Amino acid sequence: MSKFELNRRSLLKTSAAGLLGLSAAGLPRMASAAGLTVGIVYVGPRDDFGWNQAHAVAAAALKEVPGVTVVEEENVPETIAVQKSMESMINLDGAELIFATSFGYYKPFVLDLAAKYPDVQFRHAAPLWTDADPKNAGSYFGYLDQAHYIDGVAAGLSTTTNKLGFVAAKPIGTVLRNINSFLLGAKKVNPNATVQVIFTGEWSMPVREAEAANALVDAGCDVLTCHVDGPKVVIETAEARGIKCCGHNASQAPLAPKGFITGAEYKWATIYKMFANDLTEGKTLPNFTGGGFDLDFVQSTPYGAGATEAAIAAADEARVAVKAGKPIFTGPINKQDGTPLLAAGASLDNYDPSLDQTDYLIEGVIGSIT
Amino acid sequence: MVDVTKADRLASGQGSAFADTLDRFRRSSEFVIMPILALIVSGVLFSIFLLALGKSPADFFSLVWRGGFGTSFSWQNTLVRASPLIFTALCVAIPARLGLVIIGGEGALVLGGFAAAAIAIPMVPWAPAPLLLPVMALAAIVAGGIWIGFVGALRHYRGVNETIASLLLFYIAVSILNFFVEGALRDPSDPNKPSTMPIGRDNMIGAIPGTDVHWGLVFGIVLCILLYLLMNRTTFGFAARITGGNLRAAQAQGLPVGKLMVISCAIAGACAGLAGFFEVTAIHGKANASLIAGYGFTGILVSFLARHNPLVIVPVAIFLGGIAASGGLVQRRMDLPDATVLVLQGLIFVVLLVSETFYGRLPFFRSKGDL
Repeated sequence: MSKFELNRRSLLKTSAAGLLGLSAAGLPRMASAAGLTVGIVYVGPRDDFGWNQAHAVAAAALKEVPGVTVVEEENVPETIAVQKSMESMINLDGAELIFATSFGYYKPFVLDLAAKYPDVQFRHAAPLWTDADPKNAGSYFGYLDQAHYIDGVAAGLSTTTNKLGFVAAKPIGTVLRNINSFLLGAKKVNPNATVQVIFTGEWSMPVREAEAANALVDAGCDVLTCHVDGPKVVIETAEARGIKCCGHNASQAPLAPKGFITGAEYKWATIYKMFANDLTEGKTLPNFTGGGFDLDFVQSTPYGAGATEAAIAAADEARVAVKAGKPIFTGPINKQDGTPLLAAGASLDNYDPSLDQTDYLIEGVIGSIT
Repeated sequence: MVDVTKADRLASGQGSAFADTLDRFRRSSEFVIMPILALIVSGVLFSIFLLALGKSPADFFSLVWRGGFGTSFSWQNTLVRASPLIFTALCVAIPARLGLVIIGGEGALVLGGFAAAAIAIPMVPWAPAPLLLPVMALAAIVAGGIWIGFVGALRHYRGVNETIASLLLFYIAVSILNFFVEGALRDPSDPNKPSTMPIGRDNMIGAIPGTDVHWGLVFGIVLCILLYLLMNRTTFGFAARITGGNLRAAQAQGLPVGKLMVISCAIAGACAGLAGFFEVTAIHGKANASLIAGYGFTGILVSFLARHNPLVIVPVAIFLGGIAASGGLVQRRMDLPDATVLVLQGLIFVVLLVSETFYGRLPFFRSKGDL
């Protein structure tokens, strides 16, 4: 018996080789001869109506730039697989610029590869780069809380119950900051507005997102928004329950033809095109790039049928103000437990470093971090 | 009639050792030719699938070749991906010899990796790597072993279906990981991705010199050989296979069936736990949700394709690792979705399972006189 099995061992090797070696025909080669090849890696599917789609939309825009070839890979997990995918783009496709778009790609994978391939530029979509990291690596990020603030302004004028619902993934800094900014936007135009938040605990957990969305509607919320990887379920639930909603990450307008107000969207295309142009012109890329409306790194989704004229006017006005640098965090603001965050008249710049370390919710947010 | 034909065969075969050898060779070739046929059939079916999408099968197979095996980089890519599959496939293969279908190896991997990272936390400040790593490995082995061993015990003592139990325990394992990683054992310096404290670069397992393939691959191959010897050359393995062949008969013979089940499951869990250990010590340097990467589930496929033979697991894991490694190139060059290589894997799996039903039924592989 064992003899047969030993035979089978060798057979699997040979047959694999035989099957795969069937054809020696020419491979489809990359088109670029002298231009720039850019590799982009996504953690999920490119059509998730969320984080990955926001990047894929930008990749599509980058493809339009003459001389730039874009190679993409989706559903790459945050394991050694991503390191090998990026390395494969470098070795087999000749990529000179890599965009690693998921948080967990950075350490150790991007850092290791940046050390191994000093001639390739690596940029990662989260504010993680420090001076100690390789100079050919870097971070780019959009301050989406500015766009959530605009959503809040529009939502504050769209609610009749004064209860806004927020489905959130994990209680980490970026998410908490978006929730706070959303409430500040709403309060600016509607001092009675509150935001009720439910954390699902996972970046992508559609079942729990649907439960949370339904629970918020049952609790009387009449506008929903969210911060999860793919807002599809939340937006569809809001639409099905007949209430209004604001999007997140990418455009979800097609999912809610009746109730969609506007959404907080990244505009990665600005950064991607900028970096590609810089490299083509032989310039050095910045190691740390971040911005909001002022640099055109974030945008509001075009208004949907759910946006009233008053909401549109107020949101447009607020966007112009934020773009000009008007602070979102203007006192008096208390934290949830009543301790003061900002006194009356005090304010925080929209890029104040302390906001990156947000570990609190502000007064007016209902729901707990723990 | 049987007697007559057998007698005929004996008569005709007498004095012809060559014919006998040829006959035996033809019969044994069944185990070689059938899987090859199955691979060819799945290749043809997949080509039809590609043609239906308007893509060239020739391009696809050359890209798979290039992405998985064509260059030294591709080989390293393939081997890196094959390494965890070897361990998780063993988690399926060993209990399968006793007739148990364990599909929750992913849970043992997650807990093994977590246990290794957790035990390292108090040790990292003072322990040197030669002490730290074996302790971490032991923690992973114990955690994985208990986890799947528990499945074996549930099966034997309480009659709980081991397939379902192991699958459901996977979800519990993930919850345990999340509970600690997002709570008591969370590294406070990493606010956005909950993880345990890193074990430090200096304590990590390096690559085999001249490659980027970590030592887990070598350990995996050695483990396959050891477990092959255990299952095929020892009384333990013999008893285990008898249990798998006929449980009642094994019990009637007085074999300690319960003990065999629990021990085999514990060994299986230990293998998956080691996969987690290598993920932590060679790849991530800490435990977090990235441990849940599906290696445990792909391991099921590997084990079934290898027909639960530990030695065959190695080439099959490399084969599937190569397909996975080429998946990216296929996506990039042919503009096919990521799921394409999964379709190929699924087709191979189904066709191979179907081919199993043909064993002993095709006239070519039978001696003239056999029934």
